Amino acid sequence: MSLRPRVIPVLLLQNGGLVKTYRFKQPKYVGDPINAVKIFNEKEVDELLLLDISCSINQTVPDYNLILKIVSEAFMPVGYGGGIKTADQAKRIFDLGIEKIILNTALQSNPDLISNISSIYGSSSVVANIDYKKNIFGKYRVYFKSGTVKSDYNPIEWALKLQEAGAGEIILNNIDREGTYSGYDVELLLTISRKISLPVVISGGASSMKDFKKAFECGASGMAAGSLFIYKRPHNAVLISYPSADDFKSIYY
Amino acid sequence: MILIIDYNIGNLYSVYNMFKYLGINSKISSSLNDIKIADKLILPGVGHFKTGMENLVQTNLIDTLNEEVLIKKKPILGICLGMHLMTKHSDEGDYNGLGWVDATTRKFQISESLKVPHIGWNDLSYKKASLLNDNISANLRYYFVHSYHVQCNQQADVLATSMYGHEFVAAFQHENIYGVQFHPEKSHKYGIELLRNFNKI
Repeated sequence: MSLRPRVIPVLLLQNGGLVKTYRFKQPKYVGDPINAVKIFNEKEVDELLLLDISCSINQTVPDYNLILKIVSEAFMPVGYGGGIKTADQAKRIFDLGIEKIILNTALQSNPDLISNISSIYGSSSVVANIDYKKNIFGKYRVYFKSGTVKSDYNPIEWALKLQEAGAGEIILNNIDREGTYSGYDVELLLTISRKISLPVVISGGASSMKDFKKAFECGASGMAAGSLFIYKRPHNAVLISYPSADDFKSIYY
Repeated sequence: MILIIDYNIGNLYSVYNMFKYLGINSKISSSLNDIKIADKLILPGVGHFKTGMENLVQTNLIDTLNEEVLIKKKPILGICLGMHLMTKHSDEGDYNGLGWVDATTRKFQISESLKVPHIGWNDLSYKKASLLNDNISANLRYYFVHSYHVQCNQQADVLATSMYGHEFVAAFQHENIYGVQFHPEKSHKYGIELLRNFNKI
């Protein structure tokens, strides 16, 4: 099998800049997103995820101009999420050259948005993102609006519902691990990837190639990471990096 | 000029962006005149087969495309859904296609624990030489995202195959008609080589 799972840098956008958060909080400006995309382009990354975290909180529409500037420099698949509430907005984003749109907050009140879009663009183009946390009783709960609104959904039942609604892929994003380098939440990944037939992308907590390998073994089709590819530890200086083809070989072949 | 056919389905601009980056003159249009004067055509597409065919009917493009492709033999490259539309029939929506290539589009039926859609980077095994894969690099990889795949009835049409659970047609070529399942416009330098080759045909 020559297919290896995708390793996907996540770029968080806020008011036109590239930011990095810690557990969905403390957004820190880390540079110009277009410049970052150019670097990731040179590094031949598998895919990019662009998430505009200002949209659902500020209730704004996607920044189409910024998205266009970014995709004009991106010769890899790009997914965009943030502020998409209607099929018309999704169409506008596809028309800019984005491959996949990522839905999250809008699905809480309107899961049919998935099928409204996938009936035209195909299910492979519609990704559902699940942000979740464990509460103090050890129960998983799904959050909306960039982690600010808690729901009663359990991520497992929510993933099944989104699969039924026609999503082509699920992103599982553990809020408490985001930016912490504490490793992926493989426990929930293992449960969900056994229960749903869709590809699952895991996000939140990546610290090394070993985490990618472990997530792959637990059923992930893709592994997303932000801090790992944007910062250089130990002092979190901004330095964009990505594993080389040889790095990948050492893990998967 | 390479004409990227606009039939109200996604993924037009990523192809256009790539040609622009390469300095190759291209245009997105659904005008019949543009299709007639173009040197080459691209039939892109992300989406549902039935919607794609219905849009081609609604935009009144089929007669002109048939004439340019089948009679005038203008080179055309179908990408992903565009490739599927060139076949006779698809399982997706149980619908007939343009029928330019003796092939059908099938839903992936994979018994293993592999997920559908097939999303990610995969390599190819070329089955014949053509202008599209002329002088192409070794160790290439391309980005795929699809739930359906093409089955060619004529082995001679198969340009390249790839593996996902089983072998499937990753590219075909029948005379002036080329189709690729993967996205060259999203496959870094590997896709750039292929689109440059298409420009030279």
